[in-house]
Amino acid sequence: MKTTTIAPIGTHPLDEYLRTDRLPHIWCPGCGLGIILGTLLRAIKKSRLDIDKTTMVSGIGCTGRAAGYVKLDSFHVTHGRALPFATGLKLANPNLKVVAFSGDGDLAAIGGNHLIHTARRNVDMTVICVNNFIYGMTGGQLGPTTPEMGRTTTSRKGNTEKPFNIPYLVGAAGASYIARWTTAHVRQMERAFIEALQKKGFSLVEIISPCPTYYGRMNEQAAGLDQMRYYRYNSVVKHYANLAELDISLNGQIIVGKFIDVDKPYFPAPKGENGK
Amino acid sequence: MSSEGQISGEFFLSGDEACAEGALAAGCRFFAGYPITPATEIAERMSDRLPEVGGTYIQMEDELASMAAVLGASWGGLKAMTATSGPGFSLMMENIGLGLMLETPCVVVDMQRAGPSTGLPTMTGQGDMMQARWGSHGPYGIIALSPASPQELFDLTIKAFNLSEKYRLPVLVMSEESIGHMYEKVTIPVREKIKITPRRKPNVPPQEYLPYVPDDDLVPSMAIAGEGYRFHVTGLTHDEHGYPTMTAEAQDKLVRRLVDKIEKNRKAIIEVEEDGIKDADVVVCSYGISARVATVAIQRARAMGIQVGMLRLITVWPFPIERVREIAKNIKAFVVPEINYGQMALEVERAAAGMAKTILVPHMGGAVHDPETILDAIKQATK
Amino acid sequence: MTTRAKQSQIHIIDERCKGCAFCVEFCPQHILYQANEANAKGYQVVRVTEPEKCTGCGMCSRVCPEFAIYVETPNGKQ
Repeated sequence: MKTTTIAPIGTHPLDEYLRTDRLPHIWCPGCGLGIILGTLLRAIKKSRLDIDKTTMVSGIGCTGRAAGYVKLDSFHVTHGRALPFATGLKLANPNLKVVAFSGDGDLAAIGGNHLIHTARRNVDMTVICVNNFIYGMTGGQLGPTTPEMGRTTTSRKGNTEKPFNIPYLVGAAGASYIARWTTAHVRQMERAFIEALQKKGFSLVEIISPCPTYYGRMNEQAAGLDQMRYYRYNSVVKHYANLAELDISLNGQIIVGKFIDVDKPYFPAPKGENGK
Repeated sequence: MSSEGQISGEFFLSGDEACAEGALAAGCRFFAGYPITPATEIAERMSDRLPEVGGTYIQMEDELASMAAVLGASWGGLKAMTATSGPGFSLMMENIGLGLMLETPCVVVDMQRAGPSTGLPTMTGQGDMMQARWGSHGPYGIIALSPASPQELFDLTIKAFNLSEKYRLPVLVMSEESIGHMYEKVTIPVREKIKITPRRKPNVPPQEYLPYVPDDDLVPSMAIAGEGYRFHVTGLTHDEHGYPTMTAEAQDKLVRRLVDKIEKNRKAIIEVEEDGIKDADVVVCSYGISARVATVAIQRARAMGIQVGMLRLITVWPFPIERVREIAKNIKAFVVPEINYGQMALEVERAAAGMAKTILVPHMGGAVHDPETILDAIKQATK
Repeated sequence: MTTRAKQSQIHIIDERCKGCAFCVEFCPQHILYQANEANAKGYQVVRVTEPEKCTGCGMCSRVCPEFAIYVETPNGKQ
């Protein structure tokens, strides 16, 4: 029996959730975005969500392109504004399952104010934060999560700024669920996505992802495989770790796991709680 | 849409309050905004009244988020609005652009104040008029209305919602502080007497739906999230599928339609108020509070025997080029009082095409004109 | 008591592959390799050395960024 087949397009188990007429996607060979998107679609499938009511909002950047590849009601909005747009969407129709899919710059630089306020309000949505430590789409500039000494096109001698620790930031602001995994942790990522999708409140999953073309190439990890190996062998699972200790240094250890999972009042409050 | 909580009758309202009631009467059920003088009272009234009609109010962290949330709520199926003043208007320009590109119905109210920058926060101005037309980057068409009283703020906010649904874009209501804070009688009709334009829903099943196939009037039907249409929309230049399409051809097709859907429908959109144009030698062309002040000057001029008419712009954008050009053939000059250093006057001059002079009566802001300055210009125009 | 996994089939969508070799790296059975074949875009596609060793774990499918490989087991596609 032939056990390897060259399969036609349309037969992949995730094809029903993808705009297959737009594949292969624009992401580089070795980019982790396809892994994250595929894992999210698997999580959506496993969660048995109503696909018609599941919407995705993304911002600008390589990560922002994700919304264009999924066969959901999806919105590719302005830089940094995925979260407030998603807030409006959720408030208009609380029956929608809203997923925001954004990068480190989109969420924590230009979108930083919206990140902390959306977390503060504990808006009921799932946020996938793809952290590749760089601004990929514009050609490799530093971002708010670039590790100190990391080389980018705007920090050729090494980044001198301290980066954000996103779980710490979002935890302090008020999120209900925070987890971090890397693209090498595909099964754990999927479980985290399922939990985040089912969680009521602001649920953020940060995924460390390779950008071989820019971050990798400028920091001695030119192949996606180099970064994947680094994640695989330098990550430490520490569930419920102290958020303050989750900083990532250049080539240092990456602490992954589920850090926050609490039940608390979320926004918008379900009807019935205020007499309506 | 719930009608409980809607009011009708005769009220003594400020312009800001009338604007909020107009929005509610039009079916607005979502407001996202940020406090800013002199528009804050709109937000305050909406925060009280929206829950009474089953709607949602949210105060966002800034104007950028406010505009983004308004767009999101519109795509979620609600009629949505925000209100601001000059500094916030500048911040909202980014997402007004997104609203134009995604073709999202919504209303943005700019209660202008003296600028530029922080300016005179509590005092009037009309300096955002060109910004209303060109404030966001790139080529696009826009609709902007200019009320001249609290009653008109009520009426034109309803009209703004209707136009935004009909032409699928953010519609601007360009008012300013003096009318926002002015108290006058406002008549609110019963719900049945208020004409509301519903959203243009798709008339094909979800499998056949494409988000940007235009109808004959160049406007596409709009699906909302959560109804199984599974559409993708993007701020990138896109084709009829809604997919990003990075070609000059797609850009040409899209941008022409975004501008033409307003330009080719000008006749249906433009509204002006005219008085005494027929035998006029001079016509005062104005809008908003300046038009009201001008009426005093016009009365005085007519009492002196000057044949002066009034052309009041109710829609400032699109600008009534054809009507101004027609009038220009038969008069000596237009007198344009506005609380800025010349913005709509540029349009008047352009439309007049040299057939009549354009005399600007500027006021830098902080107060309304002294009617005598307008009267002086009228007298000068007859020479 | 041990049970043997039934035979699984590995499907590769050549046109989508970008030759990143993640599947090669992450296959626990080490039965995938980058062949000397290129697809239309010039990327080296992936082939299987010892198909009977595939356990149907689905790691290749999960770690592929391109939706270019999946495994079919008697329980369905992964």
